Amino acid sequence: MLKKQNFFKRAYAGFCGPGKHQMLRVSLFCLLLSLLGGAILLLLLGKDPIAAYRSILQGAGVLPKAKYPGRKSQVTDFLNLLDYTVPMIFASLSVAVALKCGLFNICVSGTMIFSGFLATILVGYSDITPIVAKFLVIIIGIGAGALVGATVGYLKYKYNMNEVVVAIMFNYIISYVVSFFINTKYADPVTRQSVEINQNARLTLVDVEMFGLRMNITTVFILALIAVFVIKFILDKTKFGFELKAVGANQRASRYFGIQVGNTIVKTMIISGALAGLAGVTFYLGCYASIQPRVLPALGFDAIAVALLGNMTPIGCFFASILIMIFDSGTAYLSSRLGVLREIAALITSILLVFSASSGFFRMIANRYTLELADNGGKNE
Amino acid sequence: MNSIIIDAMAFTLPLFIISIGGIFCEGSGVINLALEGLLGMGAFFGGLIAAMLTAQFVDSQSTLVYITLFAAMVGGAFFAMLLALMALKLKANQVISGVVINMLAVALTSFLTNQLNITLFGESSNKFLLFVFPKITVPFISSIPIVGAFFTDVYGFEFVIVAVALFMAYILYKTPFGMRLRACGDNPHAVAAAGGNVLRIRFIAVLISGAMAGLGGMCFAYSISTNFSPSIFVGYGYLAIAAYIFGNWKISNTLLACLIFGFARSIGYFFIQKIGLPSSYSDLVLTFPYIITLLLLLFFSKSTRAPRNLGEVYDKGKR
Repeated sequence: MLKKQNFFKRAYAGFCGPGKHQMLRVSLFCLLLSLLGGAILLLLLGKDPIAAYRSILQGAGVLPKAKYPGRKSQVTDFLNLLDYTVPMIFASLSVAVALKCGLFNICVSGTMIFSGFLATILVGYSDITPIVAKFLVIIIGIGAGALVGATVGYLKYKYNMNEVVVAIMFNYIISYVVSFFINTKYADPVTRQSVEINQNARLTLVDVEMFGLRMNITTVFILALIAVFVIKFILDKTKFGFELKAVGANQRASRYFGIQVGNTIVKTMIISGALAGLAGVTFYLGCYASIQPRVLPALGFDAIAVALLGNMTPIGCFFASILIMIFDSGTAYLSSRLGVLREIAALITSILLVFSASSGFFRMIANRYTLELADNGGKNE
Repeated sequence: MNSIIIDAMAFTLPLFIISIGGIFCEGSGVINLALEGLLGMGAFFGGLIAAMLTAQFVDSQSTLVYITLFAAMVGGAFFAMLLALMALKLKANQVISGVVINMLAVALTSFLTNQLNITLFGESSNKFLLFVFPKITVPFISSIPIVGAFFTDVYGFEFVIVAVALFMAYILYKTPFGMRLRACGDNPHAVAAAGGNVLRIRFIAVLISGAMAGLGGMCFAYSISTNFSPSIFVGYGYLAIAAYIFGNWKISNTLLACLIFGFARSIGYFFIQKIGLPSSYSDLVLTFPYIITLLLLLFFSKSTRAPRNLGEVYDKGKR
């Protein structure tokens, strides 16, 4: 009995214990646990979990499907995946940057609607040449997002308002006000959404005919990659990045150290907001072409999970985004193939979220086991 | 005029009881952003019980509605155990745990509502239908002008809420347990030194907040839509948080904040009806409570005094 317990402890400590890439390994462990949880859930529903996970991968274009309709193939599915991943990368970076500074930016959804709406009415309905229009859309996204972020940061710094409550209030206010404008001025009578934007402003090239396929190509994936490396550079190599992390680790200590805490908070929120704004324009003027009134995009909240799963590092966020979006975009195929409710993907994602939020505990336990094992090992010899 | 008061009270009191739950939880030193998820989960349990027992209680609807209120409290408390597990046992960041639980609640309720409707009742629907909650008009008092409006067409649950709220206020301010609970929020080590079990007190506080949020959520389900569907997640839990922050973590001040929210909302609706604006203007009215919250926080945040140990993980060895 004792031996068996030891085996589990040893395996767990070996997998999650201290050492190189511990954060990454714990994240993988959380992922494994939640996949296991999802598998149990699927078994309870009487479905084959392996077939379910495989059809998620197939739906996302990672594995080939059995058959494709005309002019579609695995390539088009995969391009769609990339298209949907771009906003998630920006959104999760936004959450991660704020978290590094000890701020919890839950305003990503509201910021996304705000920037998406501004870009839609300012550029989306005009006839500017495509390249200029796309450029303008991106600039507006950054500007609008930075504005929201700066406001939240300023209220936190100047008036000591809890940034979480402020951000939540902003979410609802923005959502309702935008929905008011859409319903009164820009509503499409058929779809009940805002009128579709012109193709010249759209960041995703839709239905491009190439190699006998019809695909949607995102033009901003490179921008997302650049953002990942710029944020990584700022966090790791600049003075501001150091100050940001110092404030996140201990506000009082960094104040004694001579860091202007309020200033750093506002700057961080500007960066975080700008990234959320980019997520908004790539979502509402890229993946989609219209805004649904009164609905806060779930992506802004899922981004919290992604940032946690990615351990708040830019590179981690990048891979976690792809992973979560594989889940998200593969669900439609899963539910049509196996007759499972679509909501199950959201459920598995939030189980993953619960585990990722407790990753500190998993790390602590692994460290304790490692110490215990080291002690026991010493005694036996 | 009367309709303003009636609507406002039907909104204020559920919000108030949710806020009381929040005061218990945060008073003991555990940040509770999960109120939103807890109220939805409580309402889900209540709705489920209602859907399962409807057939047995066709003649005695008024009994069933009170059973569902109780079920919602139990359900909310049960789901709050997850918050207690994450925040107390796993020592996760309490803010993040709260938000995570909210997301889990949204995903879980929308999945379970659909799935249970299919497996238990054989129909695909994303809501549980509820009975209309019986309304009570108190004789004599209701005929007094203005004051009488507070006693006209009152939902039965409003009396339940008032009773529970009074009981909770008594527990928090007049019993040894309530004193220890508040001490846990300010100085848990002093409680431990005096022989109290900090983790147990906090655990009970989290459960109480879950029960209160469940009760409030069920009342919202009755008063706003007479069914349970995942559309119950519209941010009332966050509004409750704003209410007790503005109320400085005190029950009496929080009631005032909730009244302001309730009346801002119902007066806004009243005017839109009166002036005859198109229904899309209701979007603007819906922003009133949130904008008022922001403005109030703007003026009062500097003077607020949160429990001193709020959000800190309790560590016995740390002084």
